[in-house]
Amino acid sequence: MTTLQTPTAGLDVATIRDDFPILSRTVREGRPLVYLDSGATSQRPRQVLDAERLFLETHNAAVHRGAHQLAEEATDDYEAARSKIAVFTGAEPEELVFTKNATEAINLVAYAMSNSSIRTGLGAESERFAVGPGDEIVVTELEHHANLVPWQELCRRTGATLRWYSVTEDGRIDLDSLELSERTKVVAFAHQSNVLGSLAPVEELVRRAQAVGALTVLDACQSVPHMPVNLTELGVDFAAFSGHKMLGPSGVGVLYGRTELLDAMPPFITGGSMIEMVRMEGSTYAPPPQRFEAGVPMTSQAVGLGAAVDYLSAIGMDAVFAHERELTRVALDTLREVEGVRIIGPDSLEQRGGAVSFVVDGVHAHDVGQVLDDRGIAVRVGHHCAWPLHRRFGIAATVRASFHVYTTVEEVAQLADGVRAAREFFGVA
Amino acid sequence: MQLEQMYQEIILDHYRQPHGAGLRDPFDAETHHVNPTCGDEVTLRVKLDGDGANRTVQDVSYESLGCSISQASTSVLTDLVVGKSVEEAFRILESFQEMAQSRGKIAGDEEVIGDGIAFAGVSKYPARVKCALLGWMAFKDAVARVKEEA
Repeated sequence: MTTLQTPTAGLDVATIRDDFPILSRTVREGRPLVYLDSGATSQRPRQVLDAERLFLETHNAAVHRGAHQLAEEATDDYEAARSKIAVFTGAEPEELVFTKNATEAINLVAYAMSNSSIRTGLGAESERFAVGPGDEIVVTELEHHANLVPWQELCRRTGATLRWYSVTEDGRIDLDSLELSERTKVVAFAHQSNVLGSLAPVEELVRRAQAVGALTVLDACQSVPHMPVNLTELGVDFAAFSGHKMLGPSGVGVLYGRTELLDAMPPFITGGSMIEMVRMEGSTYAPPPQRFEAGVPMTSQAVGLGAAVDYLSAIGMDAVFAHERELTRVALDTLREVEGVRIIGPDSLEQRGGAVSFVVDGVHAHDVGQVLDDRGIAVRVGHHCAWPLHRRFGIAATVRASFHVYTTVEEVAQLADGVRAAREFFGVA
Repeated sequence: MQLEQMYQEIILDHYRQPHGAGLRDPFDAETHHVNPTCGDEVTLRVKLDGDGANRTVQDVSYESLGCSISQASTSVLTDLVVGKSVEEAFRILESFQEMAQSRGKIAGDEEVIGDGIAFAGVSKYPARVKCALLGWMAFKDAVARVKEEA
């Protein structure tokens, strides 16, 4: 029998939920919303919404330009947000570049490498980012499309070859499936799979990449919002994450790059505010992070993300992780008891975060999702932007439940009841 | 309960026992359509007969991987268009598509789309409209290809 009454690491979820206005609404004929789709996007607490509104009502101006008082205040707020996020992720502020989202952050690295590979008019320092025929870009079979397609495109543009680590039956990166070589220039991988929930052996992958002089790019979209992450200690060269998955606004993401690398890397998007000097004949560029933030950037969103980081820090990321671990345990334990359910990914809590995906024999994921939706339960159905991973498991689509600080054990327990109802409805029970 | 409105018994029947399923020879054109948001796929073949205005749909055969809505709607498609003139088949297709994309505003004309009216409930769920149209769009595309080749 599954225990549902376990205290979840002392997190006062009821009080936390009061901060999230959306959680009190009803859906589909008055059913309380059970939001189990935080892996796609998380909900935002009042503190984040208030911070954005306060900024817009009192300090709004274009940042890093203009000398009036509002411009100073807006720039201070924007940079203060960067500093907060730096402390939160164990990085230096200059190592963090604001982007539209994590997808753009990964593309920034891929395009900077692409630009380096053209080798015209660039300094010698950019040579370390150049790739060409014979070189290899390595990813894994479990990547989100955001950490796969940009690398496929880089290979197409440069003639480099894409290779990948395969995935084991229990949803781990198979470290024996590939040998890196001197030709490997990049090793890009997800810290936590957005489908399987499995955590990558970061230390080992970094060790292997460093041994051959390859750059590491970490997709931290599913880790930074849910567990303590210190990017410097992880030793990766680059990392990317999105604001909207960590209780912050959409329209803001972050690229982390080690100082030494960002210093040497050519820009991707060019234009205003990323320059040092502009003449008709050509231009020189600002030091990072400004070099990578062309144009007037998102501002209230960055400030909102700073507030989200404050909110998460006040709870404590160890407590957040422990809470989600308990939710994952309940999800696995209750789903396991439902006949016909197969968990896709690790069926244990070992080296695992809180994304639980599954299939139901005889009922397509879309149909399971529809029955859950009818009960007010919001889950993700489909391939979750990890199509090759689904093909690897021979399935077209899965149902995914994912959590955050505001998710309750009772909500997670409703999932299994909903799946039972779906089996009955489609006549497979 | 909204669920029963969406999954009418006709849909569930077609889902459990799809009509015209399987890929058959001979055929004039084959298309492969996917729903990029969920990964559902259909491979569909058409065999036309006759020429010009007298052209008819002799056979529609398919293999699909997908949810109950996409499977059932492709099954209904074969019931509705096989044996009809191409012109008539396209009138049915347009009528079905109009209903499916109406956000619940058009109930559908049973005289034209027969069992297809069962999908009126699906039109209220924008995320599922693509499922209902997957096989139909594959059919439209396949016929267009035959015409191009002619």
